[in-house]
Amino acid sequence: MAGSMELPTKGGFSFDLCRRNAMLEKTGHKMPGFRKTGTTIVGLVFTDGVVLGADTRATEGPIVADKNCEKIHFMAPNIYCCGAGTAADTEAVTDMVSSQLQLHRYATSRESRVVTALTLLKTHLFNYQGHVSAALVLGGVDVTGPHLHTVYPHGSTDTLPFATMGSGSLAAMSVFELKYREGLTREEGIALVAEAIRAGIFNDLGSGSNVDVCVITKGNTEYLRNHELPNPRTFVSSKGYSFNKGHTEVLSTKITQLKLKPEVADGDAMEE
Amino acid sequence: MSRRGDWVYENNGGTCVAIAGADYCVVAADTRLSVGYNILTREHSKICELADKCVIASSGFQGDIKALQKNLAARELLYQHQHNKRMSCPAMAQLLSNTLYYKRFFPYYAFNVLGGLDSEGKGCVYSYDAVGSYERTGYSAQGSGSTLIMPVLDNQLKSPSPLLVPARDAVTPLSESEAVDLVKDVFASATERDIYTGDKVEIVVINKAGTRREYIELRKD
Repeated sequence: MAGSMELPTKGGFSFDLCRRNAMLEKTGHKMPGFRKTGTTIVGLVFTDGVVLGADTRATEGPIVADKNCEKIHFMAPNIYCCGAGTAADTEAVTDMVSSQLQLHRYATSRESRVVTALTLLKTHLFNYQGHVSAALVLGGVDVTGPHLHTVYPHGSTDTLPFATMGSGSLAAMSVFELKYREGLTREEGIALVAEAIRAGIFNDLGSGSNVDVCVITKGNTEYLRNHELPNPRTFVSSKGYSFNKGHTEVLSTKITQLKLKPEVADGDAMEE
Repeated sequence: MSRRGDWVYENNGGTCVAIAGADYCVVAADTRLSVGYNILTREHSKICELADKCVIASSGFQGDIKALQKNLAARELLYQHQHNKRMSCPAMAQLLSNTLYYKRFFPYYAFNVLGGLDSEGKGCVYSYDAVGSYERTGYSAQGSGSTLIMPVLDNQLKSPSPLLVPARDAVTPLSESEAVDLVKDVFASATERDIYTGDKVEIVVINKAGTRREYIELRKD
Protein backbone atom coordinates (compact mmCIF):
# COMPACT_ATOMS: atom_id res chain seq x y z
CA MET A 1 0.00 0.00 0.00
CA ALA A 2 1.39 3.33 -1.03
CA GLY A 3 1.35 6.18 1.48
CA SER A 4 -0.28 6.19 4.88
CA MET A 5 -3.89 7.00 5.53
CA GLU A 6 -4.88 10.08 7.55
CA LEU A 7 -6.98 8.84 10.45
CA PRO A 8 -9.28 11.12 12.38
CA THR A 9 -7.95 11.78 15.87
CA LYS A 10 -9.61 10.06 18.79
CA GLY A 11 -9.06 12.97 21.15
CA GLY A 12 -6.36 13.39 23.76
CA PHE A 13 -3.10 15.30 23.54
CA SER A 14 -1.84 16.56 20.19
CA PHE A 15 1.88 16.12 19.68
CA ASP A 16 1.93 18.24 16.48
CA LEU A 17 3.93 20.99 18.11
CA CYS A 18 6.70 18.72 19.44
CA ARG A 19 8.76 19.14 16.26
CA ARG A 20 8.38 22.90 16.40
CA ASN A 21 9.37 22.92 20.08
CA ALA A 22 12.44 20.76 19.38
CA MET A 23 13.43 23.23 16.65
CA LEU A 24 12.93 26.23 18.95
CA GLU A 25 15.01 24.56 21.66
CA LYS A 26 17.83 24.09 19.13
CA THR A 27 17.78 27.82 18.42
CA GLY A 28 18.30 28.44 22.13
CA HIS A 29 14.75 29.05 23.41
CA LYS A 30 13.86 27.69 26.83
CA MET A 31 10.51 26.01 27.41
CA PRO A 32 8.48 27.43 30.29
CA GLY A 33 8.85 25.44 33.49
CA PHE A 34 5.99 23.88 35.41
CA ARG A 35 5.26 23.23 39.04
CA LYS A 36 6.60 19.87 40.16
CA THR A 37 5.73 18.59 43.57
CA GLY A 38 9.16 17.22 44.53
CA THR A 39 7.44 15.20 47.12
CA THR A 40 7.29 12.59 49.82
CA ILE A 41 4.11 10.51 49.74
CA VAL A 42 3.55 7.25 51.57
CA GLY A 43 0.91 4.71 52.53
CA LEU A 44 0.59 1.59 54.62
CA VAL A 45 -1.96 -1.09 55.46
CA PHE A 46 -2.79 -1.68 59.12
CA THR A 47 -5.13 -4.12 60.85
CA ASP A 48 -8.40 -2.67 59.63
CA GLY A 49 -7.59 -0.04 57.05
CA VAL A 50 -5.00 2.08 55.31
CA VAL A 51 -3.10 5.23 56.28
CA LEU A 52 -1.90 7.67 53.62
CA GLY A 53 0.59 10.47 54.23
CA ALA A 54 2.12 13.40 52.35
CA ASP A 55 4.29 16.45 52.88
CA THR A 56 2.96 19.87 51.80
CA ARG A 57 5.78 21.51 49.76
CA ALA A 58 5.44 22.35 46.06
CA THR A 59 8.55 23.53 44.22
CA GLU A 60 9.44 25.22 40.95
CA GLY A 61 13.14 24.46 40.53
CA PRO A 62 14.92 25.66 43.68
CA ILE A 63 12.03 27.90 44.78
CA VAL A 64 9.22 26.82 47.09
CA ALA A 65 6.03 27.69 45.17
CA ASP A 66 3.55 26.57 47.85
CA LYS A 67 4.42 25.95 51.49
CA ASN A 68 1.16 24.22 52.38
CA CYS A 69 -0.38 22.44 49.39
CA GLU A 70 -2.64 19.38 49.49
CA LYS A 71 -1.23 16.24 47.95
CA ILE A 72 -3.79 13.74 49.26
CA HIS A 73 -6.60 13.84 46.72
CA PHE A 74 -10.18 12.67 47.05
CA MET A 75 -11.13 9.79 44.76
CA ALA A 76 -14.26 8.39 46.43
CA PRO A 77 -15.56 8.58 50.02
CA ASN A 78 -13.68 5.35 50.77
CA ILE A 79 -10.65 5.94 48.47
CA TYR A 80 -7.96 8.63 48.54
CA CYS A 81 -4.86 9.09 46.40
CA CYS A 82 -1.50 10.79 47.08
CA GLY A 83 0.12 12.43 44.07
CA ALA A 84 3.74 13.20 43.15
CA GLY A 85 5.12 14.60 39.93
CA THR A 86 3.74 17.52 37.93
CA ALA A 87 1.09 19.17 40.13
CA ALA A 88 -1.28 19.81 37.21
CA ASP A 89 -1.13 16.16 36.11
CA THR A 90 -1.74 14.63 39.54
CA GLU A 91 -4.63 17.02 40.12
CA ALA A 92 -6.20 16.48 36.68
CA VAL A 93 -5.84 12.71 36.65
CA THR A 94 -7.27 12.24 40.16
CA ASP A 95 -10.18 14.64 39.47
CA MET A 96 -10.98 12.85 36.24
CA VAL A 97 -10.96 9.37 37.73
CA SER A 98 -12.86 10.65 40.76
CA SER A 99 -15.71 11.81 38.53
CA GLN A 100 -15.68 8.56 36.56
CA LEU A 101 -16.00 6.69 39.87
CA GLN A 102 -18.93 8.88 40.93
CA LEU A 103 -20.75 8.15 37.63
CA HIS A 104 -19.98 4.46 38.09
CA ARG A 105 -21.53 4.59 41.57
CA TYR A 106 -24.66 6.26 40.17
CA ALA A 107 -24.90 3.51 37.56
CA THR A 108 -24.28 0.59 39.92
CA SER A 109 -25.50 1.91 43.29
CA ARG A 110 -22.52 0.29 44.93
CA GLU A 111 -19.48 1.61 46.79
CA SER A 112 -16.45 2.13 44.54
CA ARG A 113 -13.69 -0.46 44.66
CA VAL A 114 -10.01 0.42 44.83
CA VAL A 115 -9.17 -1.82 41.85
CA THR A 116 -11.64 0.15 39.74
CA ALA A 117 -9.82 3.39 40.50
CA LEU A 118 -6.50 1.62 39.90
CA THR A 119 -7.54 0.34 36.48
CA LEU A 120 -8.90 3.74 35.39
CA LEU A 121 -5.68 5.45 36.47
CA LYS A 122 -3.28 3.00 34.86
CA THR A 123 -5.12 2.82 31.52
CA HIS A 124 -5.10 6.61 31.28
CA LEU A 125 -1.42 6.88 32.22
CA PHE A 126 -0.41 4.05 29.89
CA ASN A 127 -2.26 5.71 26.99
CA TYR A 128 -0.10 8.78 27.44
CA GLN A 129 3.15 6.80 27.54
CA GLY A 130 4.55 8.58 30.59
CA HIS A 131 3.85 12.12 29.31
CA VAL A 132 1.28 12.57 32.07
CA SER A 133 3.80 12.66 34.89
CA ALA A 134 1.80 11.45 37.85
CA ALA A 135 3.30 9.05 40.39
CA LEU A 136 0.59 7.97 42.78
CA VAL A 137 -0.05 6.10 46.00
CA LEU A 138 -3.65 4.88 45.93
CA GLY A 139 -5.32 3.59 49.07
CA GLY A 140 -8.80 2.69 50.21
CA VAL A 141 -11.11 0.24 51.90
CA ASP A 142 -13.89 -1.47 49.93
CA VAL A 143 -16.12 -4.52 50.21
CA THR A 144 -13.06 -6.76 49.68
CA GLY A 145 -11.01 -5.11 52.45
CA PRO A 146 -8.16 -2.58 52.66
CA HIS A 147 -5.95 -2.04 49.59
CA LEU A 148 -2.80 -0.07 48.82
CA HIS A 149 -1.26 0.44 45.38
CA THR A 150 1.42 2.51 43.71
CA VAL A 151 1.01 3.78 40.16
CA TYR A 152 3.97 4.90 38.04
CA PRO A 153 3.74 7.59 35.33
CA HIS A 154 4.03 4.99 32.54
CA GLY A 155 1.07 3.01 33.91
CA SER A 156 2.68 0.14 35.78
CA THR A 157 1.26 -0.66 39.20
CA ASP A 158 2.21 -2.45 42.42
CA THR A 159 0.10 -3.87 45.22
CA LEU A 160 1.94 -3.51 48.50
CA PRO A 161 1.51 -3.53 52.30
CA PHE A 162 3.56 -0.29 52.51
CA ALA A 163 4.61 2.11 49.77
CA THR A 164 6.48 5.38 49.17
CA MET A 165 6.77 7.68 46.14
CA GLY A 166 8.35 10.95 45.06
CA SER A 167 11.80 12.46 45.55
CA GLY A 168 11.66 11.67 49.28
CA SER A 169 10.64 8.05 48.70
CA LEU A 170 14.06 6.65 49.68
CA ALA A 171 14.15 8.52 52.98
CA ALA A 172 10.59 7.43 53.78
CA MET A 173 11.14 3.83 52.67
CA SER A 174 14.13 3.49 54.98
CA VAL A 175 11.79 4.23 57.90
CA PHE A 176 9.20 1.73 56.66
CA GLU A 177 11.80 -1.00 56.04
CA LEU A 178 13.08 -0.50 59.58
CA LYS A 179 9.78 -0.34 61.46
CA TYR A 180 6.88 -1.75 59.42
CA ARG A 181 5.33 -5.00 60.56
CA GLU A 182 2.04 -6.77 60.04
CA GLY A 183 -0.79 -6.08 62.46
CA LEU A 184 -0.09 -2.45 63.31
CA THR A 185 -2.81 -0.66 65.26
CA ARG A 186 -4.40 2.52 63.94
CA GLU A 187 -2.33 4.76 66.23
CA GLU A 188 0.91 2.92 65.40
CA GLY A 189 0.08 3.22 61.71
CA ILE A 190 -0.48 6.99 61.90
CA ALA A 191 2.73 7.44 63.93
CA LEU A 192 4.78 5.40 61.45
CA VAL A 193 3.37 7.26 58.43
CA ALA A 194 4.11 10.61 60.11
CA GLU A 195 7.66 9.51 60.89
CA ALA A 196 8.23 8.40 57.29
CA ILE A 197 6.95 11.75 55.98
CA ARG A 198 9.16 13.61 58.45
CA ALA A 199 12.15 11.62 57.15
CA GLY A 200 11.31 12.96 53.69
CA ILE A 201 10.66 16.51 54.92
CA PHE A 202 14.00 16.79 56.71
CA ASN A 203 16.29 14.79 54.42
CA ASP A 204 14.94 15.59 50.96
CA LEU A 205 15.11 19.20 49.76
CA GLY A 206 12.17 18.59 47.38
CA SER A 207 9.91 17.91 50.36
CA GLY A 208 9.11 20.12 53.32
CA SER A 209 6.68 21.98 55.60
CA ASN A 210 3.86 19.96 57.18
CA VAL A 211 2.58 16.39 57.49
CA ASP A 212 -0.84 15.52 56.05
CA VAL A 213 -2.40 12.19 56.98
CA CYS A 214 -5.53 10.35 55.83
CA VAL A 215 -6.88 7.30 57.65
CA ILE A 216 -9.41 5.10 55.88
CA THR A 217 -11.20 2.29 57.71
CA LYS A 218 -14.36 0.35 56.88
CA GLY A 219 -17.16 2.90 56.66
CA ASN A 220 -15.04 5.78 57.96
CA THR A 221 -12.53 8.22 56.51
CA GLU A 222 -10.54 10.73 58.53
CA TYR A 223 -8.54 13.42 56.73
CA LEU A 224 -6.00 14.86 59.20
CA ARG A 225 -4.90 18.01 57.33
CA ASN A 226 -1.67 19.40 58.86
CA HIS A 227 -1.49 16.54 61.36
CA GLU A 228 1.99 17.80 62.34
CA LEU A 229 3.60 21.22 61.87
CA PRO A 230 7.30 20.54 62.43
CA ASN A 231 8.64 23.64 60.66
CA PRO A 232 7.61 26.91 62.29
CA ARG A 233 9.38 30.14 61.35
CA THR A 234 12.50 30.44 63.48
CA PHE A 235 12.88 34.22 63.73
CA VAL A 236 10.37 37.04 63.64
CA SER A 237 11.59 40.62 63.61
CA SER A 238 10.65 42.41 66.79
CA LYS A 239 9.90 45.75 65.14
CA GLY A 240 8.23 44.66 61.90
CA TYR A 241 8.28 46.71 58.73
CA SER A 242 6.18 49.73 57.90
CA PHE A 243 6.15 51.68 54.68
CA ASN A 244 5.40 55.39 54.71
CA LYS A 245 2.66 56.65 52.44
CA GLY A 246 4.15 58.41 49.44
CA HIS A 247 7.18 56.10 49.45
CA THR A 248 6.71 55.58 45.72
CA GLU A 249 7.08 58.72 43.64
CA VAL A 250 4.12 59.48 41.36
CA LEU A 251 5.49 60.44 37.95
CA SER A 252 2.20 61.12 36.16
CA THR A 253 -1.52 60.66 36.67
CA LYS A 254 -4.18 59.91 34.10
CA ILE A 255 -7.80 59.30 34.99
CA THR A 256 -10.10 57.69 32.45
CA GLN A 257 -13.80 58.26 33.16
CA LEU A 258 -15.82 55.03 33.03
CA LYS A 259 -18.77 55.03 30.63
CA LEU A 260 -22.11 55.11 32.43
CA LYS A 261 -24.20 51.96 32.34
CA PRO A 262 -26.56 52.17 29.30
CA GLU A 263 -30.21 52.28 30.30
CA VAL A 264 -32.66 49.83 28.75
CA ALA A 265 -35.25 52.00 27.01
CA ASP A 266 -38.13 49.55 26.94
CA GLY A 267 -38.71 45.92 27.80
CA ASP A 268 -38.51 44.22 31.21
CA ALA A 269 -35.40 44.27 33.27
CA MET A 270 -33.59 40.94 33.36
CA GLU A 271 -34.46 38.59 36.19
CA GLU A 272 -32.00 38.51 39.06
CA MET B 1 45.82 22.54 32.49
CA SER B 2 42.28 23.59 31.80
CA ARG B 3 39.43 21.08 31.90
CA ARG B 4 37.03 23.28 29.96
CA GLY B 5 34.41 21.42 27.95
CA ASP B 6 33.33 18.98 30.62
CA TRP B 7 31.53 20.26 33.70
CA VAL B 8 33.87 19.83 36.63
CA TYR B 9 31.82 21.90 39.07
CA GLU B 10 29.03 21.15 41.49
CA ASN B 11 26.70 23.63 43.15
CA ASN B 12 26.57 23.18 46.90
CA GLY B 13 24.07 26.00 47.45
CA GLY B 14 23.98 28.37 50.38
CA THR B 15 23.51 32.08 50.91
CA CYS B 16 25.90 34.80 52.12
CA VAL B 17 25.01 38.32 53.29
CA ALA B 18 27.16 41.20 54.51
CA ILE B 19 26.17 44.63 55.84
CA ALA B 20 28.58 47.48 56.61
CA GLY B 21 27.86 50.16 59.19
CA ALA B 22 29.75 53.24 60.34
CA ASP B 23 31.95 51.31 62.81
CA TYR B 24 30.98 47.67 62.36
CA CYS B 25 30.44 44.99 59.73
CA VAL B 26 28.09 42.01 59.81
CA VAL B 27 28.92 38.96 57.70
CA ALA B 28 26.50 36.04 57.69
CA ALA B 29 25.96 32.75 55.89
CA ASP B 30 23.77 29.70 56.39
CA THR B 31 25.45 26.40 57.31
CA ARG B 32 23.68 24.01 54.92
CA LEU B 33 25.80 22.11 52.39
CA SER B 34 23.74 20.38 49.72
CA VAL B 35 23.84 18.88 46.25
CA GLY B 36 20.74 18.26 44.15
CA TYR B 37 17.94 17.25 46.52
CA ASN B 38 20.36 15.96 49.18
CA ILE B 39 21.74 17.63 52.28
CA LEU B 40 25.41 16.72 52.75
CA THR B 41 25.72 18.39 56.15
CA ARG B 42 23.73 20.83 58.26
CA GLU B 43 26.73 22.51 59.89
CA HIS B 44 29.32 23.54 57.38
CA SER B 45 30.76 27.00 57.92
CA LYS B 46 31.00 29.12 54.78
CA ILE B 47 32.74 31.95 56.65
CA CYS B 48 36.52 32.26 56.96
CA GLU B 49 38.44 34.84 59.01
CA LEU B 50 41.32 35.88 56.77
CA ALA B 51 42.77 38.71 58.86
CA ASP B 52 41.90 40.27 62.22
CA LYS B 53 39.44 42.75 60.64
CA CYS B 54 38.60 40.87 57.45
CA VAL B 55 36.14 38.02 56.92
CA ILE B 56 35.06 36.21 53.76
CA ALA B 57 31.81 34.30 53.14
CA SER B 58 31.52 32.18 50.01
CA SER B 59 28.90 30.02 48.31
CA GLY B 60 29.16 27.94 45.15
CA PHE B 61 31.35 24.83 44.82
CA GLN B 62 32.81 23.90 48.22
CA GLY B 63 35.88 22.28 46.62
CA ASP B 64 36.86 25.53 44.93
CA ILE B 65 35.88 27.59 47.97
CA LYS B 66 38.16 25.53 50.24
CA ALA B 67 41.05 25.92 47.79
CA LEU B 68 40.43 29.65 47.37
CA GLN B 69 40.17 30.39 51.09
CA LYS B 70 43.29 28.30 51.82
CA ASN B 71 45.18 30.20 49.13
CA LEU B 72 44.09 33.59 50.50
CA ALA B 73 44.98 32.60 54.07
CA ALA B 74 48.45 31.50 52.94
CA ARG B 75 48.98 34.74 51.02
CA GLU B 76 47.92 36.69 54.10
CA LEU B 77 50.50 34.80 56.20
CA LEU B 78 53.25 35.63 53.68
CA TYR B 79 52.15 39.27 53.82
CA GLN B 80 52.44 39.23 57.62
CA HIS B 81 55.99 37.89 57.46
CA GLN B 82 57.08 40.33 54.77
CA HIS B 83 55.44 43.48 56.18
CA ASN B 84 55.22 42.69 59.88
CA LYS B 85 51.51 43.62 60.00
CA ARG B 86 48.14 42.08 59.20
CA MET B 87 46.63 42.70 55.77
CA SER B 88 43.95 45.41 55.62
CA CYS B 89 40.49 44.63 54.30
CA PRO B 90 40.82 46.78 51.13
CA ALA B 91 44.14 45.04 50.37
CA MET B 92 42.57 41.63 50.81
CA ALA B 93 39.74 42.76 48.53
CA GLN B 94 42.20 43.53 45.74
CA LEU B 95 44.09 40.29 46.36
CA LEU B 96 40.86 38.30 46.09
CA SER B 97 40.00 40.00 42.81
CA ASN B 98 43.46 39.24 41.39
CA THR B 99 43.28 35.63 42.59
CA LEU B 100 39.91 35.14 40.91
CA TYR B 101 40.94 36.81 37.64
CA TYR B 102 44.15 34.74 37.54
CA LYS B 103 41.85 31.80 36.80
CA ARG B 104 39.75 33.74 34.27
CA PHE B 105 39.35 30.78 31.87
CA PHE B 106 39.01 28.00 34.47
CA PRO B 107 37.40 29.95 37.28
CA TYR B 108 36.91 29.19 40.93
CA TYR B 109 33.17 28.43 41.08
CA ALA B 110 32.84 30.68 44.13
CA PHE B 111 30.61 33.66 44.85
CA ASN B 112 32.18 35.75 47.57
CA VAL B 113 31.37 38.60 49.89
CA LEU B 114 34.19 40.12 51.86
CA GLY B 115 33.44 42.15 54.94
CA GLY B 116 35.47 43.95 57.57
CA LEU B 117 36.77 47.29 58.71
CA ASP B 118 38.95 49.52 56.54
CA SER B 119 42.10 51.28 57.82
CA GLU B 120 39.97 54.12 59.26
CA GLY B 121 37.80 51.64 61.18
CA LYS B 122 34.76 52.11 58.93
CA GLY B 123 32.72 49.07 57.92
CA CYS B 124 33.29 47.84 54.39
CA VAL B 125 31.72 45.19 52.16
CA TYR B 126 33.11 43.98 48.85
CA SER B 127 31.05 41.81 46.54
CA TYR B 128 32.40 39.71 43.66
CA ASP B 129 31.50 37.62 40.67
CA ALA B 130 33.31 34.34 39.99
CA VAL B 131 36.04 35.89 37.82
CA GLY B 132 37.10 38.84 39.95
CA SER B 133 34.90 41.81 39.09
CA TYR B 134 34.41 43.57 42.42
CA GLU B 135 32.93 46.63 44.00
CA ARG B 136 32.90 48.22 47.45
CA THR B 137 29.29 48.46 48.61
CA GLY B 138 27.32 49.09 51.78
CA TYR B 139 25.65 45.67 51.74
CA SER B 140 25.55 42.59 49.56
CA ALA B 141 23.99 39.14 49.16
CA GLN B 142 25.43 36.22 47.24
CA GLY B 143 24.43 32.62 46.55
CA SER B 144 21.23 30.64 46.08
CA GLY B 145 19.01 32.93 48.19
CA SER B 146 20.50 36.22 46.96
CA THR B 147 17.63 36.90 44.52
CA LEU B 148 15.20 36.76 47.43
CA ILE B 149 17.31 38.78 49.87
CA MET B 150 18.85 41.53 47.73
CA PRO B 151 15.59 43.42 47.00
CA VAL B 152 14.78 43.48 50.72
CA LEU B 153 18.20 44.92 51.53
CA ASP B 154 17.78 47.46 48.71
CA ASN B 155 14.47 48.51 50.22
CA GLN B 156 15.71 48.71 53.81
CA LEU B 157 19.21 50.09 53.30
CA LYS B 158 19.24 51.78 49.91
CA SER B 159 22.81 52.85 49.22
CA PRO B 160 23.89 56.12 47.61
CA SER B 161 24.74 55.95 43.93
CA PRO B 162 28.44 55.21 43.34
CA LEU B 163 28.39 57.94 40.66
CA LEU B 164 27.75 60.81 43.09
CA VAL B 165 30.36 63.59 43.28
CA PRO B 166 31.71 63.94 45.90
CA ALA B 167 31.50 60.19 46.67
CA ARG B 168 29.28 59.31 49.62
CA ASP B 169 30.02 56.66 52.22
CA ALA B 170 28.41 53.38 51.26
CA VAL B 171 27.55 52.45 54.83
CA THR B 172 24.09 51.75 56.17
CA PRO B 173 22.42 54.00 58.74
CA LEU B 174 21.39 51.09 60.99
CA SER B 175 22.86 50.39 64.41
CA GLU B 176 24.79 47.17 64.91
CA SER B 177 21.95 45.34 66.67
CA GLU B 178 19.42 46.51 64.07
CA ALA B 179 21.68 45.19 61.29
CA VAL B 180 22.05 41.82 63.05
CA ASP B 181 18.25 41.59 63.45
CA LEU B 182 17.79 42.43 59.77
CA VAL B 183 20.22 39.67 58.80
CA LYS B 184 18.36 37.15 60.99
CA ASP B 185 15.08 38.20 59.40
CA VAL B 186 16.22 37.99 55.79
CA PHE B 187 17.70 34.54 56.40
CA ALA B 188 14.53 33.29 58.08
CA SER B 189 12.57 34.61 55.09
CA ALA B 190 14.90 33.21 52.42
CA THR B 191 14.75 29.81 54.14
CA GLU B 192 10.98 29.80 53.72
CA ARG B 193 11.28 29.90 49.92
CA ASP B 194 14.77 28.70 48.91
CA ILE B 195 15.33 24.97 49.28
CA TYR B 196 19.14 25.36 49.41
CA THR B 197 19.10 27.75 52.39
CA GLY B 198 18.46 26.45 55.91
CA ASP B 199 19.54 24.69 59.10
CA LYS B 200 21.46 27.54 60.80
CA VAL B 201 22.86 31.04 60.17
CA GLU B 202 26.36 31.85 61.30
CA ILE B 203 26.70 35.58 61.96
CA VAL B 204 30.10 37.22 62.40
CA VAL B 205 30.13 40.79 63.72
CA ILE B 206 33.36 42.77 63.34
CA ASN B 207 33.86 46.01 65.31
CA LYS B 208 36.49 47.89 67.30
CA ALA B 209 36.35 45.30 70.06
CA GLY B 210 37.19 42.45 67.65
CA THR B 211 35.04 39.75 66.07
CA ARG B 212 32.03 38.07 67.64
CA ARG B 213 30.23 34.98 66.37
CA GLU B 214 26.59 34.01 66.90
CA TYR B 215 24.19 31.42 65.52
CA ILE B 216 20.44 31.17 65.11
CA GLU B 217 18.46 28.14 64.04
CA LEU B 218 16.63 28.05 60.70
CA ARG B 219 14.06 25.64 59.28
CA LYS B 220 15.57 22.21 58.69
CA ASP B 221 13.25 21.02 55.87
